[in-house]
Amino acid sequence: MDIETLLLSRIQFAANISFHILFPTITIALGWVLLFFKLRYNRTGDERWMEAYRFWVKIFALSFAMGVVSGITMSFQFGTNWPGFMETVGNIAGPLLAYEIMTAFFLEAVFLGIMLFGFSRVPNWVHTLATFLVAFGTLMSAFWIIVLNSWMHTPQGFEMIDGVAYATDWSAIIFNPSMPYRFVHMVLASFLTVSFLIAGVSAYRWLIGGRTDGVRVALKTAVFAAALLIPVQIFVGDLHGLNTKEFQPAKVAAMEGNWETGTGVPLVLFALPDEQARENRFEIAIPKLASFILTRDWNGKVTGLNEFVGEDGEILHPRVAPVFWSFRVMVGTGLLMLLVSWTAAFLILRRKRGVEGLPKPMLYGLVGMSFSGWLATLAGWYTTEIGRQPWLVQGVMTTKEAVADVPAPMVLSTLIAYLLVYAALLAAYIFVIFYLARKTARGEDIGTRNAPPPAAAPKTLPAE
Amino acid sequence: MYYFGDPAIWLPFVFAGLMGVSILIYVVLDGFDLGVGVLFPFATDAEKDRMIASIGPFWDANETWLVLAVGLLLVAFPAAHGVILTALYLPVAIMLIGLILRGVAFEFRAKAPAPHKRLWNNAFFAGSLMTSLSQGFMLGMYVMGLEWTWINVAFAMLTAVFLTVGYSFIGATWVIHKTSDALQIKAVEWAKGGIWGLILGIGAVSLATPLVSTRIFDKWFSWPEALFLTPLPILSALLVFWLWSMLRAMPFAGDRRSWQPFAAATALWVMAFGGMAYSFYPYVVPEKITIYEAASAPESLFIILIGTSIVLPTILGYTVLSYVIFRGKATELRYD
Repeated sequence: MDIETLLLSRIQFAANISFHILFPTITIALGWVLLFFKLRYNRTGDERWMEAYRFWVKIFALSFAMGVVSGITMSFQFGTNWPGFMETVGNIAGPLLAYEIMTAFFLEAVFLGIMLFGFSRVPNWVHTLATFLVAFGTLMSAFWIIVLNSWMHTPQGFEMIDGVAYATDWSAIIFNPSMPYRFVHMVLASFLTVSFLIAGVSAYRWLIGGRTDGVRVALKTAVFAAALLIPVQIFVGDLHGLNTKEFQPAKVAAMEGNWETGTGVPLVLFALPDEQARENRFEIAIPKLASFILTRDWNGKVTGLNEFVGEDGEILHPRVAPVFWSFRVMVGTGLLMLLVSWTAAFLILRRKRGVEGLPKPMLYGLVGMSFSGWLATLAGWYTTEIGRQPWLVQGVMTTKEAVADVPAPMVLSTLIAYLLVYAALLAAYIFVIFYLARKTARGEDIGTRNAPPPAAAPKTLPAE
Repeated sequence: MYYFGDPAIWLPFVFAGLMGVSILIYVVLDGFDLGVGVLFPFATDAEKDRMIASIGPFWDANETWLVLAVGLLLVAFPAAHGVILTALYLPVAIMLIGLILRGVAFEFRAKAPAPHKRLWNNAFFAGSLMTSLSQGFMLGMYVMGLEWTWINVAFAMLTAVFLTVGYSFIGATWVIHKTSDALQIKAVEWAKGGIWGLILGIGAVSLATPLVSTRIFDKWFSWPEALFLTPLPILSALLVFWLWSMLRAMPFAGDRRSWQPFAAATALWVMAFGGMAYSFYPYVVPEKITIYEAASAPESLFIILIGTSIVLPTILGYTVLSYVIFRGKATELRYD
């Protein structure tokens, strides 16, 4: 196997899945936020909830489209670049992927049309139901994918016959040990991402003069949601870490930058891990804290990376620096989210003036944090996915065993093409979100998608 | 699990059938919205908006049939999935980038500032064209047995063009159904121009398949099978004739029969597809791997089947529902 093909295929998959996950991270939670807006409107009849709904449903549609098209790429890449994966564990991954596609994808895609364009064409309750089914479908989609991903980290409920995995216990496969933690962690990450996006874009609209009631409720909902959820997320993240320590100790050792097994292990705040010398340089650490966090005992024993070197020198732990740093970016962003959301919530509550009570620097701060959820989510996924290496399915097959023998230059050319497209689309996506915000702030209608000029309007009306 | 005989026999067969149906539904449904994209350069700006409105509520769901088809290939025939997609690495990548471009252009062209709209219109056209061409190319390569030889690539390039024109034909019949007045008349002209692509495409594939493989040749031209098969080409010819005479007379007063060209095109598609499925069965990788050799373990297939038999009818129901809700002529799409 060509080492360059492996590396390029990995980079290509990483690029695709990183680009893809940005959009489900938004749609998983935004669907429920829209349902919340819709239910508040049904309950109170207050137009401001519909105003918020109408703006954010457009961002939802845009994100959904980005998610669909980048997701299609994924399902093909299993075959084009990683045929070994399905050949080995297809009996398990297959049904899980099938359920993801069937229960979720269709539910979303079919009802999306009604949710987006059907408000005046169907009874109100059907529209609300469509909104619910889209939100539910997106969540189920996330569930099945997380089940499969978690199974790759903590596989169980199967037996290997002639190098191929056969399922023996489906409930063990679905409820594998890391699934509940990873699922809750990801769903919360999605809600936080959406909260900060809504808060940031609403703050932006507020700053440029779009001070409507719809912006007011959206901003308040988002800030309070973020302030409530971030402590829960930190708690769940800690539980997830303990679960990882039990099943993937090599990953935790890389996250902590801990080379030697020992007791009273310090928590490394900063270091440059050196893979050659197998030690940290420029280390800044707090004594005994890592032991306490991971074992709840100041002198607890923590496994180090050196345990994962085979007798023949084969390294069975991930590269340390990427895992170590991704983890720190995630935690750092999380702490910043805590600080910003609590300050904003405090300011809104304290002065009893609601959103008017937010000073300008606070609003700028929220705008700056608009995409903080993306940063934290990506960093978290890098931590867990790079942390699983060299395994593709922990203890069952390595990444190297699954890769297709496609010539490296071919992979390189498609990789460059994908990267160019993704970069352009990401720029366009962010640009359009803020463009729509400016447009609504000017009081212009953004309700029509493809309004033909009056002269060209069709004479025949839809049969109704 | 042994109710219907050996599950290692009937399960792969059922899944091949499901996959075939998904591909068929995909080429009809996404075929028409890809075709609408291919026709974009021939339309004025206002017409473009109405063409987009005619496919707006559907394209998302249409595209998921591709995901289902590839998904079924992936989960039910994992060994074939790897072989086929590795052999088609480049066209698959081009198709994916095309799908990405057109999918997002849909949203962006409606939301971006007016000066950017032309850019996104072009992206929508380019994406639709890339997708159609690469799908036609893959069809050609598949028919010729997935080997990268000069003759096969040349043939695949021909089918790429034919399928693209074929898509534009079914797209035009969709526009005939969903619009009125000047645009409808224009769409009739497009359909008249595009029908040749469809005929040449079906003809080329029908001629090439039996020539490439003696097995397929024997399946078609041996007695008594040939007797049962003759209705297929005859019906197809009748359909083409009917389509042509209808298109020459369209549009009819009071918008009568505007749905018929699309229905006839769909029927034609179904027959061409049925013929291909008959030719290639039982192979999923032409002449190399049968569906029985490529299938997952029966236990896994059975689990997928339970879900499929609940979900697929429901999905079909939803699909029909959404086509009913958004029936009639395309008006502007509004988020309310």
